[in-house]
Amino acid sequence: MPGKLKVKIVAGRHLPVMDRASDLTDAFVEVKFGNTTFKTDVYLKSLNPQWNSEWFKFEVDDEDLQDEPLQITVLDHDTYSANDAIGKVYIDIDPLLYSEAATVISGWFPIYDTIHGIRGEINVIVKVDLFNDLNRFRQSSCGVKFFCTTSIPKCYRAVIIHGFVEELVVNEDPEYQWIDRIRTPRASNEARQRLISLMSGELQRKIGLKVLEMRGNAVVGYLQCFDLEGESGLVVRAIGTACTLDKLSSPAAFLPACNSPSKEMKESPLVHPPSLGCRSTQNSPIHTATGSRLTQNFSVSVPTLIYTGMGSGSAGKEGGPFKALLRQQTQSALEQREFPFFTLTAFPPGFLVHVGGVVSARSVKLLDRIHNPDEPETRDAWWAEIRQEIKSHAKALGCHAVVGYSESTSICEEVCILSASGTAAVLNPRFLQDGTVEGCLEQRLEENLPVGCGFCHIPYDELNMPFPAHLTYCYNCRKQKVPDVLFTTIDLPTDAAVVGKGCLIQARLCRLKKKAQAEANATAISNLLPFMEYEVHTQLMNKLKLKGMNALFGLRIQITVGENMLMGLASATGVYLAALPTPGGIQIAGKTPNDGSYEQHISHMQKKINDTIAKNKELYEINPPEISEEVIGSPIPEPRQRSRLLRSQSESSDEVIELDLSHGKKDAFVLEIDDTDAMEDVHSLLTDVPPPSGFYSCNTEIMPGINNWTSEIQMFTSVRVIRLSSLNLTNQALNKNFNDLCENLLKSLYFKLRSMIPCCLCHVNFTVSLPEDELIQVTVTAVAITFDKNQALQTIKTHVEKSLQRASTDNEELLQFPLELCSDSLPPHPFPPAKAVTVEKASPVAEGNFRNRSAPPCANSTVGVVKMTPLSFIPGAKITKYLGIINMFFIRETTSLREEGGVSGFLHAFIAEVFAMVRAHVAALGGNAVVSYIMKQCVFMENPNKNQAQCLINVSGDAVVFVRESDLEVISTQQPTANCQPLCTGGEVTT
Amino acid sequence: MTNELDIFVGNTTLIDEDVYRLWLDGYSVSDAVARRVRSGILEQTGATAAVLQSDTMDHYRTFHMLERLLHAPPKLLHQLIFQIPPSRQALLIERYYAFDEAFVREVLGKKLSKGTKKDLDDISTKTGITLKSCRRQFDNFKRVFKVVEEMRGSLVDNIQQHFLLSDRLSRDYAAIVFFANNRFETGKKKLQYLSFGDFAFCAELMIQNWTLGAVGEAPTNPDSQVDDMDVDLDKEFLQDLKELKVLVADKDLLDLHKSLVCTALRGKLSVFSEMEANFKNLSRGLVNVAAKLIHNKDVRDLFVDLIEKFVEPCRSDHWPLNDVRLFLNQYSASVHSLDGFRHQTLWDRYMGTLRGCLLRLYHD
Repeated sequence: MPGKLKVKIVAGRHLPVMDRASDLTDAFVEVKFGNTTFKTDVYLKSLNPQWNSEWFKFEVDDEDLQDEPLQITVLDHDTYSANDAIGKVYIDIDPLLYSEAATVISGWFPIYDTIHGIRGEINVIVKVDLFNDLNRFRQSSCGVKFFCTTSIPKCYRAVIIHGFVEELVVNEDPEYQWIDRIRTPRASNEARQRLISLMSGELQRKIGLKVLEMRGNAVVGYLQCFDLEGESGLVVRAIGTACTLDKLSSPAAFLPACNSPSKEMKESPLVHPPSLGCRSTQNSPIHTATGSRLTQNFSVSVPTLIYTGMGSGSAGKEGGPFKALLRQQTQSALEQREFPFFTLTAFPPGFLVHVGGVVSARSVKLLDRIHNPDEPETRDAWWAEIRQEIKSHAKALGCHAVVGYSESTSICEEVCILSASGTAAVLNPRFLQDGTVEGCLEQRLEENLPVGCGFCHIPYDELNMPFPAHLTYCYNCRKQKVPDVLFTTIDLPTDAAVVGKGCLIQARLCRLKKKAQAEANATAISNLLPFMEYEVHTQLMNKLKLKGMNALFGLRIQITVGENMLMGLASATGVYLAALPTPGGIQIAGKTPNDGSYEQHISHMQKKINDTIAKNKELYEINPPEISEEVIGSPIPEPRQRSRLLRSQSESSDEVIELDLSHGKKDAFVLEIDDTDAMEDVHSLLTDVPPPSGFYSCNTEIMPGINNWTSEIQMFTSVRVIRLSSLNLTNQALNKNFNDLCENLLKSLYFKLRSMIPCCLCHVNFTVSLPEDELIQVTVTAVAITFDKNQALQTIKTHVEKSLQRASTDNEELLQFPLELCSDSLPPHPFPPAKAVTVEKASPVAEGNFRNRSAPPCANSTVGVVKMTPLSFIPGAKITKYLGIINMFFIRETTSLREEGGVSGFLHAFIAEVFAMVRAHVAALGGNAVVSYIMKQCVFMENPNKNQAQCLINVSGDAVVFVRESDLEVISTQQPTANCQPLCTGGEVTT
Repeated sequence: MTNELDIFVGNTTLIDEDVYRLWLDGYSVSDAVARRVRSGILEQTGATAAVLQSDTMDHYRTFHMLERLLHAPPKLLHQLIFQIPPSRQALLIERYYAFDEAFVREVLGKKLSKGTKKDLDDISTKTGITLKSCRRQFDNFKRVFKVVEEMRGSLVDNIQQHFLLSDRLSRDYAAIVFFANNRFETGKKKLQYLSFGDFAFCAELMIQNWTLGAVGEAPTNPDSQVDDMDVDLDKEFLQDLKELKVLVADKDLLDLHKSLVCTALRGKLSVFSEMEANFKNLSRGLVNVAAKLIHNKDVRDLFVDLIEKFVEPCRSDHWPLNDVRLFLNQYSASVHSLDGFRHQTLWDRYMGTLRGCLLRLYHD
């Protein structure tokens, strides 16, 4: 019995009126953990009850501590009839189970009811006393830290990055159990919430066990998802990267000193001596997967595209012997692993050696009732298959690892598409295992990897390339070969040499599909998939070229399946890598000859495309050094010219080098317009409107080319659902609708956030779902961050940029931008100044009420600010502490949809409530921000005829404490022993 | 293709001041969009009408959700659902409780009851303020009234504490509550020229001097704790005011008073002769107003009486404001030299306030 959970119920506030007669409430609280329940006294006739209960103590196994949520139910006492539930609070106590995280959970939690939403708040204090016998035969994995962040968390150092961990648990969905027919929607929702909470806990514990087995102490890039398979059950699955992390103690001496009284004690079993290699994860269910079960399921694997280079022809030159050596080294480290996958998207310096390209695999499955929840081998086998495929793709690219790895599903009725994707890469073995790498190799490695371009160099054998690619010598170091285009799923490496700024690039695609049943349906889908992949790829490539860029980062392709259509949405951040060659333009070729007007049309289109490319280059400040060669008297770096010569020699067989004045060089990408479809494609290329001036957007963590963020951030979620009129359902019409939906959504975002200009939308994450026949739902979560325009012009990252700025950009042009912005960002002041003064005066009023004693009891506490961001950092601030993972699942249902403002009113309120509950939990942990926040699921269903709607939302992130960099200096000079808990940065103290 | 659902939720709640103003002014979404289009926002931002529509809807939804909290502003500060910076919260509250001059003049002094609420249609038509906005303003008055009506202590402070309004706005609300409670008549034609500011000024003076709360440190009756409030006039004081009647009833006293005033002001007033001729009438008017205040009905007619008995006579003789000031100062001060008059304190309490009010009310 290794733990004692202690809970104290302090008070409630803003409770709803439960007794119409008195306009008051007789509230009491039930505190439940596992099978034990405690109750507080009834606090009669108050909307602000002060229970001030004793400490309720639960003596429990640490296994239960990990699995079970603490369940707090607020009820209204009724003498004559059953007590009415006001609402519930689920508290995940996991953060209290590892030493460096929170020590106490204390604060106001919104009381949540699945039918009524938030109904008042309750103040709770939770503590855990862990007994120190964690070393015995364990079912629990207390002490393993979890991070959603897909990079090494800011105040840690990676000692070893062990690799992939995965697990899934399945259960019956309570919504589909027979009992659901007789119980209330509330009971059903609560059963579901509780079950998912339990399953998440169990999953996390099991993953933790695997990490311990690998001798790690943390999971980074932890991604947990649930699949609502309907009749066939509920799957909760998670992947992550096991690591051994060391807390950094140097950077700010005052911070980690506190709050980890038992750090060494708890950590000691986790820290391990250097060992040779790592044990691979034992996924026993996979090996025992029975053939019979598999044959019951329809299963199609879809041929997968591997993205990297484009064009044709190859240059032959021996890859250095070093490459082979390196490969061998890495191989030995990785081969022992079943899946050498990493969910990380950003890496410690030197970790990533080469990037091969994107690898992805999809598989269409028919869902089948899960017969035995304890042995989820079918689902395990499915994923194992896909991972195997990914692994072999990576091998084909000469890579032994996959980074930026993620998995997803799309389910419609009984058909399920499983997808996995990542970036094939060659890694530095140094981080993968301790002490095995000889010093000399390491040194050679450093020498041989020029900063800023090493990762672009091809990892595969030039003579034996897995796909046709156009190779050139690296434009940066001139020593190694690079492809002409690079697609990846990871973030842009921080040391990468980039020209200009990046931008969000999306490919959008719809394909109609006949309605069909079971296997016919699955076959139809798997027949469509390759075409969709191909078209999405083509679109991405076209748009990339249109932007004048040569690489994509953070590529995420989502294929969504609906009753009668398939949707593909690919998002990525385009960028111009200085190491890669300038992309060729796009050339249009008509197929119908001898038609004058047609020819004219074609040339008109061509001109438009060329203009767009030129405009984009200007917009994103893409002026690669080649252009500067033509500028008279511009400084050209000496070595560059030499290497250019070298290049033209080595590529003598290819006559594609010389200048084509329209846009650079090389055989332009040719688009053949032979039918209306292709015409459509060209049109759609040109319809994407660039963001208004002062706005940038990307779907990666950081925006290439912007590095001077100011502290203002605004995280938001936007949801749109459109109804298609069933009359015009052609592929083109669908595409247009979908395209408009996404473009309009972006336009709305730009408009809404216009007061933040100059700003950048980072980590723009689109999710598409098809809730019904004619409905398309798009959910976007992103963060807008302001940046300092003027500084941006002064601080230029790379030498390349510096030279080009000097050479090609007029000073005038540089100045023009901020001026424009000034006029834009200052809207005419709508109110006379006198009004503004009254507003100013109003603020001290708020303080005025503190003086008052007779004010309501809650009047003298303010709500602390909790920031939320999908990024792993907070601009202008330092994360001093990770408090634990936030992983929350909510269901909201209504039977009075109209009264709640229709679907928009309902969902708006619900999402606001979800944010509020996340913030409250973070604040209660003593934190002031959530980083790596993600809304993993937002499943919305409506039935307007019945005036009903239901929505499920799953969010996660890392609760952290951050300190403003400006405050940091003050604090560190003032008081080195400041205590951590209420530290939460000046002015933002949480209560 | 139609937008079934279209929402935007920020971690920090976005508040657009312009849209908030339109919402407060009671415009429907489509009217608000039309007005925003006219403001030239589309040209400034390059947005489309659809974007504007969606944005306006979003804001309206947010405001609608916030409205419940705005009814009890401390709740807005302590709720968890909307993360709003304090300065923005203050702005939301202040604007929500702001009112239109035209509207408040219609309602000032009226009973804040259902009956009055029914008249809002007419007020809306008359003032051109949307009915929705009228309702909000009326409900605000009523809500503030209900909360502070029975409350002890300073009226302004109470309003500030429970509604977190600015000092200025709290004072205005104090005036509104005070007028509603005492049902002062403000709607008569004669009173139309007066602004809300004029009345609020008078209300403040009266609250400071004529209510029970006003005599906090100089208790006339230390036992009456229940009445320790700013909203009700000090009954005892009103009762005592009858004593002032002697100033006009006693002919000697009146003559003496007149001569004192005339002596002091001779040569200083441009309207001296008119003053001299009218002195007794004016004095009778002012003193009679005081003496009658014990009756509720006469309290209600206070302003009508002041206008009829003092402002109009002076105005018809074209007294300059400065002469009125000189006269009133002298008129009040001279009483101290009347040996037979024993109610100096009472007189000062009455006249001090009245003088302030009359000077404020004396304009075209």
